[in-house]
Formats: sequence, structure tokens, C-alpha cells
Amino acid sequence: MADFNISKHNIVPKHEILTSDQKKEVLEKYGITLKQLPRITDKDPMVKLLEAKIEDVLKITRKSETAGESIYYRVVVKGK
Amino acid sequence: MSKELQINYSNELPKKLLDEVNEVVKSKKLNASQKMKLLEEVKKTYLNSNYNPGDVIGILAAQSISEPATQMTMRTYHFAGTAGLKVTYGLPRLIEIFDAKKNPETPTMTILLKSSHNSAEGAKKFAENIVEKKIENAVDKVFINLNDSSIDIELIDKKKNNKAAQLINEGIKDIEAKTKGNKISIIFKGEINIKELTKIKEKIMLIHFEGIPNVINAIVRKENDDWVVNTVGTNLGSILERDEVNIQKTVTNDIQETANILGIEAARNLIISETMKTMQEQGLEVDIRHIMLLSDTITFDGGIMSIGRYGVAGAKSSVLSKAAFEETIKHLVKASIHKESDNFQGIFENVMIGQVIPSGTGMFDLIAKSEDDDE
Repeated sequence: MADFNISKHNIVPKHEILTSDQKKEVLEKYGITLKQLPRITDKDPMVKLLEAKIEDVLKITRKSETAGESIYYRVVVKGK
Repeated sequence: MSKELQINYSNELPKKLLDEVNEVVKSKKLNASQKMKLLEEVKKTYLNSNYNPGDVIGILAAQSISEPATQMTMRTYHFAGTAGLKVTYGLPRLIEIFDAKKNPETPTMTILLKSSHNSAEGAKKFAENIVEKKIENAVDKVFINLNDSSIDIELIDKKKNNKAAQLINEGIKDIEAKTKGNKISIIFKGEINIKELTKIKEKIMLIHFEGIPNVINAIVRKENDDWVVNTVGTNLGSILERDEVNIQKTVTNDIQETANILGIEAARNLIISETMKTMQEQGLEVDIRHIMLLSDTITFDGGIMSIGRYGVAGAKSSVLSKAAFEETIKHLVKASIHKESDNFQGIFENVMIGQVIPSGTGMFDLIAKSEDDDE
């Protein structure tokens, strides 16, 4: 459908796919498993744009009013 | 200050604080050791103001949002600007956001235009173009011809006859629309009686003709230096495809639609900004961190979850906690049928039976080390 790039929209933060090494590092840093991460469905337009696969972890760099910049992680799961 | 230390601090302090420190260093012309000292102090204050593990941030957020909400007006509408665009505000809007309603009561888009169209005429022309017109809005005269069971339509703008005929052909089965001179003539395949004929005529009238579906009205407004088009009705996907639109700034107030078109993270940002806007309109101040926590919870599983028995509260694992919230008997019956168990890990269920709640210091267990374990 879209011939515009949604990632350019002001309210869409930067999404990146983590490599498997980075993914391991994140999980180790917080001492959690993949299931405990916040989720993003594979039907999400940003996931489609990045062509991320299920179980990939996305690093989201949000612009934050309080912290300037904050980092959030979401794991790609199968959408309902 | 060495590079190494700088990197160290940049991991521990938020970017905004570091920027502010750098600004102070610049304006006061501090040297390296003074900067170190300043950073040390900033870090101390920052760590002191952090929440500790075990703090009940959820309950704090709930109270901080709910108390001001009790002050909100019950009156639902408010007219934005003099043009008279109806928007829901106050408590009803807040409920709408938190209940994750599929369709907001007053959907609206705020469209900004590219600099080439950012003028009074440009905005006006654009606004006229995007408003949805159905066939009935473009029609001058309609005749139902009973002799040969056909419908003749005369449009106001005769040049658009071909387009209309094509749309009618696509929209309704078993008919054939053709342009004949000034008219569009619609012929039916097979027998038809008057009743059906009238029904089909009404159907034809409701076919989408031009503009963008769902956009009922558009109002042009000047905001600072920009011309802004406000719409009644929302269709973000189609609007963003238009060439005139500044896609970076154009937003809708429909959270579900934003999630579908721009993704869950955009929806999260929209929840925050809409909630803050609703609160501020009423002169209520809520710290944005509470609302951030709330919207992170709403969007946790990748979709928009409502706060309430079907959403966040219903997703809790504890039977007693669910039963305590709403629909007690339903939950208890369901749990007994399915032989569910309760591990008493939440707050509600522990309050109910008088145990220490798992928050604050109660969240942590103490494991004693016996002398045998020394090695």
C-alpha cells in the first residue's frame, strides 16, 4: 500500500534489529529470557519494513521528554 | 576528564542530564576536574531520585492519574477553534484512550502540508479535495425509467461521467452503467421490479466517488506560521499517500489506526501525547512518567490492551486478584471448573489473606548462608 516511508514519521522512533550477539548481551544484562521482553507482532508495519523475523529483538531508541533518549527492547512474536 | 570516564557516565546518566551538564560546563567555563565533581554530584542526586527495586510504581501511577481525573468535567464536547470542530475531551476522552476503544467518538486528523502547499489557497484547495464525496453529492438529477427498467443519472460536472460509470460498475453486481450523451444510463441484466430498482438506486447513491473515504469534513486553520487542516473522520493511510502532505507531522487521534499504519511504538507515543493533552486541557498536571509507564503497559504485548477486565487487569494470572476486580463469581466459577491454582505472588491476593505483600522490602526473600556452605 504505502509509497511513503513510515519510519520518517515524527512519532515513529528508530527501530533496529539486534545481531544474535547483541541479543544475548541484552538478555544477560537484564537477566531475563526472551519471553519476558515486551513484544511487537510480526504484523507491525515497522517489523515488516525492517523484515525482522520471529524471535528477533528490536532495539528501539525513543526520544524521551524526561531522559532525552531512552532505549527499549521488543521481541518479535507471531501476531494474533 | 578522560574519554573512558565519559563513556562510563554516558551509560549511567540519561542523555538529557549529560547535555545539561555539558551546557553548564560551557557557560561557566569549568575545567576537567570541576566537571568531574559536577558529574559526581549529578549522579548522586540522580541515583537518589531513582525508584528502588520493589517500589510500587504501578500503584503510584494509578493514584497520580486517577486523583486529577476526579476533577475532570463530565461535559463531553469542546469546539476546537472558531470553525467548530467537535472533539471529545475530558473524562470521556480519557476513558476512550484507556479502554482502547476501536473507534473514537470524534475521530479527527491534524494534517500539515509540505512547504509548497503551505498557503491559504493551497490548504483550502487541499481541504476541498480530501473531503469524501459520494455519488449522491455529485448528482444533479436522477430518473428511474419504469419502461425499460433503467436508471438515468445526470451529474453536476458532466466531465466526470466516465469515472462515475466505472465506479458504479465496480461497486454493484449485475448492472451495466454507460455514459450516453450527458447522462449515465444504468441497465439491469435480467428482470427487476420497482422495489428492487429503488433499492439499487439508493445503493448507487452511497458509492464512494471522490476524496478520501471516511473524511466527512475538513477545516483550514492557521497555527503560528503553518496552515493546518483539521478533519472530521480519519483515514491516515490514504492521507499519508497524498503528495501535498507533510508525512512527518500529520497525525490522527485514532490510536488503533496509528498502530495499524505506523506501528505499536508510534501508538505508544500517541497514547502519551493524547493523555497529556487531555489532562492539560483541563488544567491538570500529571507527571509524564506515570503516563509513560501506563502506555508501556498498554502496548506491552504488541497490541493495544485496555486497562480493565478484558485487558491488563484480566491478563493477571492470579485467580483471587481477578475475582477481586470485577465479576467475582464468574472468575471463581471459571477457576474451579478449570482447576486453576493461585501462587500468591501478586499484591491483591496477599492483602486478602493477610500476608506480607511482595513489594518494597517484602519483595525480597532472605537466604541465610550456613557455615557448611562456605566453600
